[in-house]
Amino acid sequence: MSKYVVSSSPHLRDSVSTARIMQDVVIALLPAAVAGVLFFGYRAAVIIALSVAAAVLSEWFYCKASHTKSTVGDFSAVVTGLLLAMNLPSTVPYWMPVLGSAIAILLCKMIWGGIGKNFMNPALCARAILSLSWASLMNTFATPAFGHFAGVDTVASATPIVSGAAGGQYSIAQLMLGNIPGTIGETCKIALLAGAAYLFMRQIISWHIPALFIGTFAACYLIATGFDLGQTLYQVFSGGLILGAFFMATDYSTSPPTAKGKLIFGIGCGLLLFIFRYCKKTPAEWCSYAILLMNVVSPLIERVSGVKSFGEVGKNG
Amino acid sequence: MAITQTFGGGIHPHETGGGKAVTCLLPVVTAAAPARVTIALSQHAGAPAVCCVKVGDKVDLGQVIGQAQGAVSAPVHASVSGTVIALTPCVVASGKSVPAVVIENDFEDRWADTVRPCENADALTPAQIVEIARNAGLVGLGGAAFPTAVKLDVSKLDPKPDTLVVNGSECEPYLTSDHRLMLENAAQIVDGVLLAKKATGVSRAVIGVEDNKPDAVAALQSAAKDGVEVVALPAKYPQGFEKMLIFALAGRRVPNGALPSAAQCVTMNVATCAALSAAVREGKPLIERIVTVSGRVGTPCNLRVRIGTSLLDVIEQADGLAAGVRKLIVGGPMMGNAIPSLNVPITKNFGGFVALGEEGLSGEESACIRCGRCVRACPMGLMPSKIDALVRRNNYDGAIAAGAMNCMECGSCTYCCPAKRELTQSCRVAKAIARLKK
Ligand code: SF4
Ligand code: SF4
Repeated sequence: MSKYVVSSSPHLRDSVSTARIMQDVVIALLPAAVAGVLFFGYRAAVIIALSVAAAVLSEWFYCKASHTKSTVGDFSAVVTGLLLAMNLPSTVPYWMPVLGSAIAILLCKMIWGGIGKNFMNPALCARAILSLSWASLMNTFATPAFGHFAGVDTVASATPIVSGAAGGQYSIAQLMLGNIPGTIGETCKIALLAGAAYLFMRQIISWHIPALFIGTFAACYLIATGFDLGQTLYQVFSGGLILGAFFMATDYSTSPPTAKGKLIFGIGCGLLLFIFRYCKKTPAEWCSYAILLMNVVSPLIERVSGVKSFGEVGKNG
Repeated sequence: MAITQTFGGGIHPHETGGGKAVTCLLPVVTAAAPARVTIALSQHAGAPAVCCVKVGDKVDLGQVIGQAQGAVSAPVHASVSGTVIALTPCVVASGKSVPAVVIENDFEDRWADTVRPCENADALTPAQIVEIARNAGLVGLGGAAFPTAVKLDVSKLDPKPDTLVVNGSECEPYLTSDHRLMLENAAQIVDGVLLAKKATGVSRAVIGVEDNKPDAVAALQSAAKDGVEVVALPAKYPQGFEKMLIFALAGRRVPNGALPSAAQCVTMNVATCAALSAAVREGKPLIERIVTVSGRVGTPCNLRVRIGTSLLDVIEQADGLAAGVRKLIVGGPMMGNAIPSLNVPITKNFGGFVALGEEGLSGEESACIRCGRCVRACPMGLMPSKIDALVRRNNYDGAIAAGAMNCMECGSCTYCCPAKRELTQSCRVAKAIARLKK
């Protein structure tokens, strides 16, 4: 045997790897997670830790039980756990992130074949299941109090969307900064946008889905409100839209891979969210449902948005 | 004429240890002629040449030792003067074993009397130029080694081509032999382009060079005569592929499954053009070529090497392999072949040699994460991930329906896949099985 490796070309590989991509997503989510802890106190930190740990352990356990090679090293379970925590209120009991992560990893990801095979976003799917099962627990939001690390009162306060119907009880600045009631990771838009910018820079996500998602939603809202810019902006920056559009609708597994498919997907998300939010103000997590629904139709979109090969039938130029 | 369009997709492969930058500044050095050459009789696309010498024969430099047979073939010439000492099969870089002629060099470099400069090259007819190219054993030096005479002979084509597209892009990482040739022999290249233009009767001839070689663009531009255009192209892989080049320079798409002639184009490589000029003006058959020796070797360099020289001798002139070599690659790292040993002869289509270390190993495959990178990278507008999934489910018909036959095996998809999947290989499998089924 030769001491040299003989394999087929190409012989060079880009340094990008699945683990590196997932690590980048974690990095991009960190600012918003930190903001969540600053606003909602130590409970937020505990929930994030539990959620991530439970997700990783669930995946490890599944691989062990099914005698397959552990996929924990690809960091995707960390992303799922983190995303789920970002989508939970800081008030939930501690068993909830654990149960949620187990549901996300085992039921929504691994039994479908693991990474790349699931057809619904695991974190969102788990959130939906938790919401449907424990609606009141999932809709109790703490009033944020910056720096009250020891804990904030778990008073049920209304999220901006709920209260926003009346014309907005929070200022745009508050919406951007994130000292408003909401789930742990969705409130601080500045942090989320910074993370999103990082993902663009690293070419992890493309503009198609977020731009069309937010754009379509905003356009519909503008028209419906008779071009009320203030109210439209209020809607864009409240609830989970920014988190959803940049970090969850862009999930590789559950959105179409082609640019054309992504455009259709983004428009669909935007339209659905508009319909949900405009017609019904509660509950707060309509954004999740919009994305989940589009996840389900994503394979169909993929079918109609196939690529066109370079040399397809005789046209010149 | 606005020729700024470029194909969609493509990649920018990275090079470890300097890559092109190391050798592109080094002038081409003529390698010492070896004591013995092993000249393969099949080093071109088409039928192998038929040996026309016997063991013990004295041969002269440039003498025909293998005659072309059939419509698509090329003759083979002695690259040294000396004595035929063996007719034996040898393994070439593609891994195939082919018949070869071994000649012991007498170091006299006695030219055969058939090698004569052309008295009146400018008065040659197109058919005469084609004939000279045929007799000189010219083949495409860019890699495919398609006989040049067959390309230049447009008499049977309808419609006739109107554009000659010349490839000076050299988009493979590490390789700089064309780059050096463009700097050092720009006039010869331009002369070859004009001869090819005349032979094919096209109205336009254009040389495309990637814009990461501004010095080569400038050299060609200053050498360019009436009737030859030089165009800088965006540097990205695989810019030098026939279809991409025709799209960029002629603004036409070669239809799927068709040859460049369908887009009324003839394509040639700059090195082939230079060889055509040498064949016509000096009567020189194709007995040497420039080879980039790069990567983990003692002294990376560009060498002018006689055809039939053992790669072992070539590597010796580059001061041997460096430490940590894991892969030996003939051609560039994107398209080239990994070979198990250096014991192969240089052939006409020997594009270069790159020794790679750990960076040449592919890493373990994992599940596709549907990131779409391969889809974005594919210059042919395919969905490599889909073809790969179908092939692994043994659904070859599905893979063909997904366009696998249009895959050019450029490797862009495999290069950029974060899951390290062997996507190009899946396309190859689909193509091979489709061919078997035919
Ligand atoms: S599918 Fe073929 S043509 Fe497309 S990028 Fe992969 S190797 Fe290149
Ligand atoms: S680049 Fe690799 S991981 Fe990404 S879609 Fe293509 S095959 Fe899947």
